[in-house]
Amino acid sequence: MAVTDAPKITSSRFDLADGHTIERYVATGGYQGLKAALAKSPSGVVDEVKSASLLGRGGAGFPAGVKWGFCPPGVFPRYLVVNGDESEPGTYKDRLLMEKDPHQLIEGVLIGCYAVGCSQAFLYVRGEMALAQERIAQALNDAYAAGHIGKNIYGTEFSVDIVLHWGAGAYIVGEETALIESLEGNRGMPRLKPPFFPAAKGLYLQPTIVNNVETLANLPWIMSNGAAAFAALGAENSKGTRIFAVSGHVKNPGVYEVEFGVTTFRDLLYAPVYGGGIRHDRELKAFIPGGASAPWLYPEHLDVPLEAATVGKLGTMLGSGAVVVFDEQTDMVKACHRLVRFFARESCGKCTPCREGTSWLEKILERIIDGLGRPEDLDLLLDICDNISVGMNWPPRQTTICPLGQSATSPIASAVMRFRDEFEAYLGGPAEITVQVKGPAFVGPYVHEEATADA
Amino acid sequence: MARLDDTNLATAKEIISRYPRIKSATIPLLHLAQEQDGYVATDAMEHIAELTNTTPAQVLGTCSFYEMFKREPVGKYLVNICTNISCQIMGGEELLHHAEESLGIKGGSTTADGLFTIEDVECIAACTEAPCLQINYRYFHKISNDQFDEVIADLRSGGRTDEIPPHGTLARIRQHIPADRAAGNADPAGIPEPIWLSAPATAPPEGEKA
Repeated sequence: MAVTDAPKITSSRFDLADGHTIERYVATGGYQGLKAALAKSPSGVVDEVKSASLLGRGGAGFPAGVKWGFCPPGVFPRYLVVNGDESEPGTYKDRLLMEKDPHQLIEGVLIGCYAVGCSQAFLYVRGEMALAQERIAQALNDAYAAGHIGKNIYGTEFSVDIVLHWGAGAYIVGEETALIESLEGNRGMPRLKPPFFPAAKGLYLQPTIVNNVETLANLPWIMSNGAAAFAALGAENSKGTRIFAVSGHVKNPGVYEVEFGVTTFRDLLYAPVYGGGIRHDRELKAFIPGGASAPWLYPEHLDVPLEAATVGKLGTMLGSGAVVVFDEQTDMVKACHRLVRFFARESCGKCTPCREGTSWLEKILERIIDGLGRPEDLDLLLDICDNISVGMNWPPRQTTICPLGQSATSPIASAVMRFRDEFEAYLGGPAEITVQVKGPAFVGPYVHEEATADA
Repeated sequence: MARLDDTNLATAKEIISRYPRIKSATIPLLHLAQEQDGYVATDAMEHIAELTNTTPAQVLGTCSFYEMFKREPVGKYLVNICTNISCQIMGGEELLHHAEESLGIKGGSTTADGLFTIEDVECIAACTEAPCLQINYRYFHKISNDQFDEVIADLRSGGRTDEIPPHGTLARIRQHIPADRAAGNADPAGIPEPIWLSAPATAPPEGEKA
């Protein structure tokens, strides 16, 4: 458990002023991973990625190689869609990967297309990211001119076009089926799974792999250095390295690529090379371990490693690598309200529990903050949460087509169960809680030995 | 205003040519219309419907879902101030209040001279650089009240136009796929198994390993 000297896999060009140019990319080993991939069979590349145990970096954390294998055999064409719609509050990595190292992403897309047999790829960049769009457009133009993309790449039979596509402002489009709807020119509303699992019925109802930017950005390194070198880094269920954005009340907010699975939250928040400690040397109150959708963790969890399964057992997730730090002076009721307001604004409106529930939650929190709360409001908040995600357990139960609604219950259950006194201060008196909340992160207490036993 | 002009129509046709199903070009063409006029005009949506073989109602349906598309003119400069969690706890709300006071308008509205619109927006992926904002989707990281006033004064006096194009313009570099390098669209109804999946690559660069 420490700061390790693991190599930088995806962020190695972040400090270079010209890391986004094709000249610098090629001069620093660029497009060698693609050449190594093309020397193998497509199934050999899939096997390599499977044995690297690369987990998806978008939020769900599903193994990338396994996801690739879900395409039904014999059904073509297949598409690859890059999810560059980074919008989860606290998350800041894909934008940097697109702005500072667009060729690395493009090379990853090409490796993925070759392995899965995708005849066309779409790179969906969040609409608000103008610089990322410019950098990728330039990189694609340069890569086409240099023969890295297009017809008969390097004289082989492998041919694929990559099309740059921008979104237009909708968090929900980060959900893969909503992203596909958006790419088809529609309102970005999620599709029901089943039957619309993208690998089976995705873009234009054809088999489609939707991969996160950071996931794909790992592929050139894996192909150049081998799956064994990748799997040698990290812990049992969390291999390689991973980018975490540490924001909020730390001395050095920043984006840090760390060895996955062995670095701890304490390292990330307090090590001088990372967060550097809580600002003004105050006490830590709580932190969000994986984006706005994740249940919160507290000072007693600092020695937990950044390892997907371990964090999952605590009843929360590493999600999109977004760690938001709250110091002792933070108003947790207001923080909770702001997170819930986000989900209320971004609900697409398709499913009733989410559409109605999130806006009710927001309004109740607003009246509490305005001093108009009622003693029964805490129970009411939890009751609504219970209707959106029964039992508020982990992994959460879902009453809606996509996970957006249940995500709004995380900050509420976290704040109400842990900082009940702060709510009661707003309410001006004690509040009774009768609704049962089951998620381990919400009810604690945390048992150190149990959670880190297999780390 | 306005259907797409001749230059933008040519760009629109190039964009459409990259999709196996032309309706997929709807959002890119809405961006193009917004770049032309600063907002998405009704005539432009009708034009896009013609180009994508859909109806104006379908284009409006898509357009109205997405926050970035403005169906009425906004300020020349759209000032998007993030107040989501990382910015909130680092002074984003105070920055928003300062901006509202300094420009004399509330979030969601436009100054009388038509120069500035303020929006209170959700996370824009600059969380470690809080508080942050975007002006016409160009980032300003860790911005203080004084720096904010400085940028606004520059824009008022006609400065920073290289850095910040008018509202509607996103990337100033466009993708172009050269005809002689294009692999071609993958028609969902017509592409068989890719040849490289069934047959080994014909000229592997580093010897035949597969």
